[in-house]
Amino acid sequence: MPDTSIALELTDIHKSYGSLEVLKGVSLKANDGDVISILGSSGSGKSTLLRCINLLEQPAKGRVVIGGEELQLKPGKSGELEAASRKQLESMRSRIGFVFQSFNLWPHKTILGNIIEAPMHVLKQSREQAVERAEGLLKKVGLYEKRDAYPGNLSGGQQQRVAIARALAMDPQVLLFDEPTSALDPELVNEVLSVMRELADEGRTMLIVTHEMRFARDVSSQVVFLHQGQIEEIGTPEEVFDNPKSQRVRDFMSSHS
Amino acid sequence: MNWDIIIKYYPQLLEGALLTLKLVAVSGIIGVMLAVPMALLRASPSPWVRVLPFCFIYFFRGTPLLIQIFLIYYGASQFEAVRDSVLWVVLKEPYWCAIIAFTLNTAAYSAELFRGAIQAIPKGELEAADAFGMDWLLKTRRIVLPRAFGIALPAYGNEVVLMLKSSALASTITLMDLTGMARTIQARTYTPVELFTAAGFIYLLMAGVVIGLFRFMENRFNRYQYYKPNVDQMGVDKP
Repeated sequence: MPDTSIALELTDIHKSYGSLEVLKGVSLKANDGDVISILGSSGSGKSTLLRCINLLEQPAKGRVVIGGEELQLKPGKSGELEAASRKQLESMRSRIGFVFQSFNLWPHKTILGNIIEAPMHVLKQSREQAVERAEGLLKKVGLYEKRDAYPGNLSGGQQQRVAIARALAMDPQVLLFDEPTSALDPELVNEVLSVMRELADEGRTMLIVTHEMRFARDVSSQVVFLHQGQIEEIGTPEEVFDNPKSQRVRDFMSSHS
Repeated sequence: MNWDIIIKYYPQLLEGALLTLKLVAVSGIIGVMLAVPMALLRASPSPWVRVLPFCFIYFFRGTPLLIQIFLIYYGASQFEAVRDSVLWVVLKEPYWCAIIAFTLNTAAYSAELFRGAIQAIPKGELEAADAFGMDWLLKTRRIVLPRAFGIALPAYGNEVVLMLKSSALASTITLMDLTGMARTIQARTYTPVELFTAAGFIYLLMAGVVIGLFRFMENRFNRYQYYKPNVDQMGVDKP
């Protein structure tokens, strides 16, 4: 056995909205440095799965382990699981970077303000420390000149790069991307993907819900295909893209290439 | 129009205007301090938490301010228990009765205003705060309240202007605010046109100052909505 530690482990995640079962028992494991792309047609539960990891959605059943620490869950009133300890949830969330489809920057804060907010107030870093790291990250995503602008003055692609820098500022163990380019104009997609490519090359552990097939094929160590709340197929990009075992995946690939 | 009357009495009218400003400022400030926690309770997902502020707000929005002033000023003194208690020190003074009535009234209106603003914050911005592991207090302090403040500011400016004009009701419980002063003087001089025109003009000036003040605050606190970076920087994206 190679000595890789497990960054993220999901076991038997279930989620329903009323009578609609969105996730029917999904298990997934990511080693440190893995880049896992999650594909599937809309409604297959991709985003919901991602949001169950940091409890933005509450799963009905399942286990979440991050960096060896299990998220303590207890049944809530609505029959869904909720965090047994707010403190633990908050501490685990601070170690999971989440990048939203619609960026969700705080519009009343400057670009720099957005990035230093959580490091200063959640991680209790000093202002100097947070600013220094934020400026480095802004240079990395090519937006250092925009540090005093407000999110409303930036294009969608720029905002998403800031959102990625904001997530990186926490130095998370795992980065989750929820369709990071789906809200962007086609010509802005690449600037975001190239930042993500760089992160993958650095060995960041990433889970990416995406519709960008070529990107997924290039950067992923593993590709997961979800269908109706279950894993239809999982494997290396070569396996899933070139030799899918399932007819459904084959149909999906041919309609998306 | 007898200008001499206005010139003769304008120091007294200004004195009245000063009391008006004091009433509005004091009750406005305490009102906001009450309104913020009430708005947070009102925005709670739990109906049990929402019900108490709801009843308070419903009462103070649903009854005339004049009735509220009378209830506090005339009503409270009817109870011996009140007259014997330490509260009487405050409740026997018309000034404090007016402050209490204005404070509770504006707190009710502002709480509804702030609740609307809190609920108008796009859900994604709050999710982002959650996703970074912010606890409720931190999220409220750093994201929710500053955001809601910016959203509520124009409507709150309106509330302050309304409050400024409603404060004229203080004159019904013997207070010498701007309206009370004008009424008292005109009872002696029988020159209603001159005095009420002058009083109205001073109200207009004060409202103008309030409006200007809020415009200034909007430009300052909501600058993210108006701020434009240097033209030569716009759209240029240095890698």
